[in-house]
Amino acid sequence: MSAVDIRTEEAPRHAPQPSYLQNGHTIKSWLLTGDHKRIAILYLISTGFFFFLGSIAAGAIRWQLTSPRGELMTLEVYNKMFSAHGVIMVFMFLVPTIPAVLGNFLVPIMIGARDLAFPRLNLASWYMYMVGGVLILVAMAMGGVDTGWTFYTPYSSIYSSSQVSLTLVGAFIVGFSSIFTGLNFIVTIHKMRAPGMTWDRLPLYIWSHYATSIIIILATPVVAITLLCVVLERAFRIGIFSPELGGDPVLFQHLFWFYSHPAVYIMVLPGMGIISELMSAFSRKPVFGYKFIAGSSLAIAAIGFLVWGHHMFVSSQSMYQGLVFSLLSFVVAVPSAIKVFNWTATMWKGSVRLQTPMIYALCFMGLFVVGGLTGLYLSTLATDVHLTATYFVVAHFHYVMVGGTILAYLGGLHFWWPKMTGRMYPDSWGKLSAIIIFVGFNLTFFPQFILGFLGMPRRYATYALAPQFQFYHILSTAGATVLGIGFLIPLFYLSWSLKHGPKAGKNPWGAKGLEWTVDSPPITTNFYETPIVDRPVYDYDPEEEERQFQIELDAEREMREKLAATRGGQD
Amino acid sequence: MNFPIRPEAASNFATEHDQLFFTITALTIFFTVVVLTLVVIFAARYRAGSKYSRANASNHNTKLEITWSVIPLLLGLGIFVWGAKIFVEQHTPPKEAMELFVIGKQWMWHVQHPNGVRENNTIHLPLGRPVRVTMISQDVIHALYIPEFRVQYHVVPGRYTTFWFTPTKVGKFHLFCNMYCGTQHAEMGGYVYVQEPEDFEKWLENDGTKVAERTPSLAELGKALYDRTQCGNCHGQVDNVRAPSLIGLYGRQRQFTNGMSGVADDSYLRDSILNPNSRVVKGYREIMPQNYKFTEEQILQLAAYIKSLGAAASPNPVTPSVDAPMPTPNTPAPSGDPTSHNLPGR
Repeated sequence: MSAVDIRTEEAPRHAPQPSYLQNGHTIKSWLLTGDHKRIAILYLISTGFFFFLGSIAAGAIRWQLTSPRGELMTLEVYNKMFSAHGVIMVFMFLVPTIPAVLGNFLVPIMIGARDLAFPRLNLASWYMYMVGGVLILVAMAMGGVDTGWTFYTPYSSIYSSSQVSLTLVGAFIVGFSSIFTGLNFIVTIHKMRAPGMTWDRLPLYIWSHYATSIIIILATPVVAITLLCVVLERAFRIGIFSPELGGDPVLFQHLFWFYSHPAVYIMVLPGMGIISELMSAFSRKPVFGYKFIAGSSLAIAAIGFLVWGHHMFVSSQSMYQGLVFSLLSFVVAVPSAIKVFNWTATMWKGSVRLQTPMIYALCFMGLFVVGGLTGLYLSTLATDVHLTATYFVVAHFHYVMVGGTILAYLGGLHFWWPKMTGRMYPDSWGKLSAIIIFVGFNLTFFPQFILGFLGMPRRYATYALAPQFQFYHILSTAGATVLGIGFLIPLFYLSWSLKHGPKAGKNPWGAKGLEWTVDSPPITTNFYETPIVDRPVYDYDPEEEERQFQIELDAEREMREKLAATRGGQD
Repeated sequence: MNFPIRPEAASNFATEHDQLFFTITALTIFFTVVVLTLVVIFAARYRAGSKYSRANASNHNTKLEITWSVIPLLLGLGIFVWGAKIFVEQHTPPKEAMELFVIGKQWMWHVQHPNGVRENNTIHLPLGRPVRVTMISQDVIHALYIPEFRVQYHVVPGRYTTFWFTPTKVGKFHLFCNMYCGTQHAEMGGYVYVQEPEDFEKWLENDGTKVAERTPSLAELGKALYDRTQCGNCHGQVDNVRAPSLIGLYGRQRQFTNGMSGVADDSYLRDSILNPNSRVVKGYREIMPQNYKFTEEQILQLAAYIKSLGAAASPNPVTPSVDAPMPTPNTPAPSGDPTSHNLPGR
């Protein structure tokens, strides 16, 4: 097999077209675009904005907790702050971000399509997202919500006097943006694959989006109706959840977690898809166990629907429900373990390149393994009875959501940034940011495992009853500061790269996959002509890659020696 | 400033929990170290340009896949069984357990001992005796959490929940609300005091913290309320045409007019007081008034009185029997919530 990928070397047979970024410069051309890539950029900016807001709330929370008496905010403001953090991060960032930004940009290109199946539905999804987001922000401006992102009844439906209804309506509308995206992906992946792009040649990133989309369209309507029921009970006192009105408060938890546990997989599966791409591309080796990784995504999507009750072991659901949900939770852990082992095996005998996206992927491995394994404590009945709703849970899901999803997102963003913008960023700055984030993250959240084991409840504005927790809270706040700096660094060098970064070319990483055969940034229709896929996915040969690497290395050394010789001659 | 790494272990479940906890911790550390060591080794050893051979690098190995699926699954199932065993035990209170009643409300814990002693935001318990806690909320969902005991359970409006434990250490432990319940959630807590049994008896006899005349027991308070509400007009010594007698009711199997049947437990009693038509006993009509407004404290008192009229399991009625003269409560019957003056800043 030749080392040169003929597809990338293909001489242009068509008159060059402007890239999607150059094709129209008016605001209207952006706000009314049907181009999946432009919609991805709209999402990139808007999810980034909400991530920034959610991070500020997180900072305020951490600052408050440096002292047992909470010097910064009143109880009420603190409660609104952690609710804002949760609502924004979950509904406005973690759920939409990878599908709507990287998924939107890449799903059509990776399967050889010109766009998603329903471009206008795609645009509508962004508008739904924005309308919902604005409603949530208006609710915050009008005083905010103090129920936490979980909206447990009857507190949310009867007792809270904060802006619950408006926030719920906002979340309800944002849910539709997810549904639209999920629907679009499923149809696109089924109907618009290029000739030769068979199911077993689909990149694992596409498989993970496929599994995610199934979860989205099955689970999101349930939470949408549930949230609406809370609004109905609040506004018209229709008894659904409040026992005073004849309702059942625990029913809400069942309905809520029926969505919100699968939602965890909505948040993390696309991240896992990114890691599969990164591990393969930067090990220059086909993903180990392709079928098992693809199958594990589907298994997670299916079993993930059957474990919601593990959030409710002490909620007054029956003991037998507890037993069944615990058992199934151990079963759903296995597909995630399979993925981790296969990613590790992918590096074996690879030709590993430690560039920025790979550093992010390795940091992901470190954090996701801990996040996944600490889930065992919470699916085990007896230990969950002690640990549920403590900082142990907070630490666990931040390891999965931040350590997993956000690190994978950043890894993916750094991987496909040259494709999206046509520019490279400085690799050393990228690596530095990944390492700062990794260190800051562990410093923030590892102490929280100990706090939880000691019995520190979550959602406490003060802990005057137990001041011995202070040491760990201070460590955690120090870590959050480092983490915040780590998140800011990419903002600067990525913005810098837009103007000053070196041009990337079609395939700056030497990676396989259809997205690396098109222009950077791609033209509006992605491909000049429909590609034909005639080879397996992840068609890397590590031995050949090594030979190539040696040749490049030798050429570089020769160049350097020649340069040194000429310089020596001048002296 | 101190940095503890392990909470005190002060109940029968604490040691069991910690053994399981540290076993999972060992597994977590083992798998983390194995995976991350391999990741680091592979990244270093197979870094581009290294001398190691890349020949025969395979991309799949079904035997390997099955191995690393089955081993974690089996380990997981082992942990599941262990955790489930303790959980089932946590749901099976011993028969001889002493009773304790807890009412959660924004933002305080109201605790009632069977003999009538009450306390707010503290719980006094004797060392070494199993305690069965029956809980209900007056407003939103709370959770009673005692980390040193490794137990917690939700306190839900509209239904009783129970859990149990045996304190195994004398001392002062934390009492938290661990389900977000509104503005002062973080302040809804206090301490659990475990005392030597004799100290606890002394504490109980002296009416908790203050030395005063003996307070009436829960059942006595219930009897007073029962009389004041004139429940006896219908619920007499024996079943009559209007209503069944309540003697020996608690714990008995009941047949209902809707064809269902069930045991007369705490939830049934509460339900039948607040919402009598939901389950009417076979042979009776829906004539009981539905407009009784009782606080959760009062319902617990009525239930305690009904229980004192004899339980199906133990034929000997617990004192006071119906024929014995009822002691008059020395606190004048309050019209509202007897503890409302203790509510913080509402």
